[in-house]
Amino acid sequence: MSTAERLTSLIGALRAHGVRIGTGETVDAAQAVEALGFTDRERLREGLAATLLHSTSQRPVFDPVFDLYFPRGVGAPDTGPADREELRERLARALAANDEPLMTRLAAEAVDGFGGYGNSPSSDGWSSYQTLDRLRPQTLLARVRDDVRGRQGMSGFTDRLLEDEIRRRIEAFRALVAAEARRRVAERRDRDEIARRAVAPTTDRVDFLFAGKDRLAELRRTVQPLARKLATRLAARRRRAARGTIDLRRTLRGSLSTGGVPMKPVLRRRRPTRPELVLLCDVSGSVSGFSDFTMLLVQALHDQFSKVRVFAFVNRLDEVTGLLRHGTADPEGLGARIRAEATLTGWHGSSDYGVALGEFASRYGAALSPRTTVFVLGDARTNMSDPNLSAVREITERARRVYWLNPEARPQWGTGDSAAYEYAELVEMHECRNVRQLSALVGRLLPI
Amino acid sequence: MFTSVDDVSARLAETGYLASPAVATTVFLADRLGKPLLVEGPAGVGKTELAKAVAEVAGALLVRLQCYEGVDESRALYEWNHAKQLLRISAGRDETWDETRTDIFSEEFLLSRPLLTAIRGDEPKVLLIDETDKADVEVEGLLLEVLSDFQVTVPELGTITASRRPFVVLTSNASRELSEALRRRCLFLHIGFPEEELERRIVRLKVPGLDETLAKSVVRVVGALRAMDLRKVPSVAETIDWARTLLALGADHLDETVVRDSLGVLLKHQDDILKAGAKLDLDAV
Repeated sequence: MSTAERLTSLIGALRAHGVRIGTGETVDAAQAVEALGFTDRERLREGLAATLLHSTSQRPVFDPVFDLYFPRGVGAPDTGPADREELRERLARALAANDEPLMTRLAAEAVDGFGGYGNSPSSDGWSSYQTLDRLRPQTLLARVRDDVRGRQGMSGFTDRLLEDEIRRRIEAFRALVAAEARRRVAERRDRDEIARRAVAPTTDRVDFLFAGKDRLAELRRTVQPLARKLATRLAARRRRAARGTIDLRRTLRGSLSTGGVPMKPVLRRRRPTRPELVLLCDVSGSVSGFSDFTMLLVQALHDQFSKVRVFAFVNRLDEVTGLLRHGTADPEGLGARIRAEATLTGWHGSSDYGVALGEFASRYGAALSPRTTVFVLGDARTNMSDPNLSAVREITERARRVYWLNPEARPQWGTGDSAAYEYAELVEMHECRNVRQLSALVGRLLPI
Repeated sequence: MFTSVDDVSARLAETGYLASPAVATTVFLADRLGKPLLVEGPAGVGKTELAKAVAEVAGALLVRLQCYEGVDESRALYEWNHAKQLLRISAGRDETWDETRTDIFSEEFLLSRPLLTAIRGDEPKVLLIDETDKADVEVEGLLLEVLSDFQVTVPELGTITASRRPFVVLTSNASRELSEALRRRCLFLHIGFPEEELERRIVRLKVPGLDETLAKSVVRVVGALRAMDLRKVPSVAETIDWARTLLALGADHLDETVVRDSLGVLLKHQDDILKAGAKLDLDAV
């Protein structure tokens, strides 16, 4: 594979992951390759990242893809077959010394020795899971800790940091093994295919409904900048709107003194109103990641609105606005606290939109006014119960706008117990599966 | 300006800026490809310092545009010196209107603001556009012409093109998303927190009185704090502050009391201090 080919397929793979790269960047990247040469791989990596990427969030995608197209080496490491105990011993020493080059080499040996499956010696594939399962680096913790302590002596305060540090090193080693396994697989199979499938998507494209626990924590970290971004956009929009349009009648009236020449345009004044927001969130288990996340976002946007009221429901509905306000210090436990402190379930635990929406319309109807925008967040899966469309109709009549954000993919709407299309006839429903969609939607739909 | 990546690291180090491999590589490329460099990263990791260091290395004049909400054309690009224009008009009472009119829109009455200053003249320059994310979106529009073609258009004078391209550094804390158009014109560099070893060298360089083992402990504690889920994790600037504080306190090693008493130098929120204290077992005393 020539360098040009390598570069273009790297760019192709990045594009497939949603990184926007134009021809200009491609040319820059080629120039960077020429200027830097191939002698130092890490420099090449940084150089390509600098020319091809435009933001930090793209880096987690770039690194594994780069590893595939510009691999550290080819084939198996040139050491003999590894012995498990002996490898663990060397790994323990590398962890204790925090020797990264050695750890990289050991990762290669480990994958070669324990990661192969299928017909040995020409294996069908390489698995990082299998490697780690056999090697069990996490069980080295105590050994490494004692080793380091033995050498340094019990040196007071920083000693208590040691365990966490070793844990982070083990985590880094696991990542090295994963990268190595991907590289070996890519050698045997179609590189482009591996780059497309085996590399995790950027955080803003992770599906809410399928995000694991660690991805959710990552998503949460994107909330803060996102909220700020939206806040500035809303402020700008409000500023522009406040300038207003020309009041033709008053302008012409004023022009009488100058013989009909409108010297001074008079602007229509806008009464500054802060819109109100009402959120109805399904917090049942199936969509909890999504609703947690949206509530955090709304919490962050709090000062943009004169009144934000948040209601959570599973099959009973309760106001949780107060909980959100106190929740600033600890976003982690927010979902759990809501479930613990509010009355959300009656005599069963599955969500029931009909009852919850009906309860909202009857108990909290006063929360709605012509200034209110309502967001309903949920997958519209009613567990076969009555969707209670009249309640929704009542809500739409009393509020200014009603939007429904649905974290399910559009093709799944209306399947099984989903009442999505029935609701969608009454309120504007949008697919909202990841942070990217959410920020686009919220930015577009939020009232000014 | 630079001959190789190693050259960049070595010469930056002479000015007291220790660059990570990523920083050195990107600075080298920005110089070689003649493209502006967009630097993002948390506050206090040395984004602005980088521009200053490059200026020092290149023996260039540092032109700085500090962005803030409301910075506009007349602050960033140029302005006409109205007072001087009025003086000129009243001084030349007996000349014709045409003479006056053409005259008052000449270079003499032009007040150069940072962007124009950076592209005029032949001496080497480093243009630092600091905290680009603080400026309004409209300002990005102004920047686009400067960054892609290194030229500024003054309607009355025509287009002024740089005869010598400045080395441009834009910094951003990512408090607002910069436009795609602006990003496309730049090389992108994210400066994160440095590796343990590099940070130790930085601390030793900036706080010369600190001994090696204490510097090591300091960096390790800061590393542990960064791994915690805090509202504002300490950055390099805070590490250096802390090292200086410890030196001033005369602490020759870290223990619970010293750390607890000086944690406020590293962390800026009360709940962060409580959280870190709990995690580091400082409450036991």
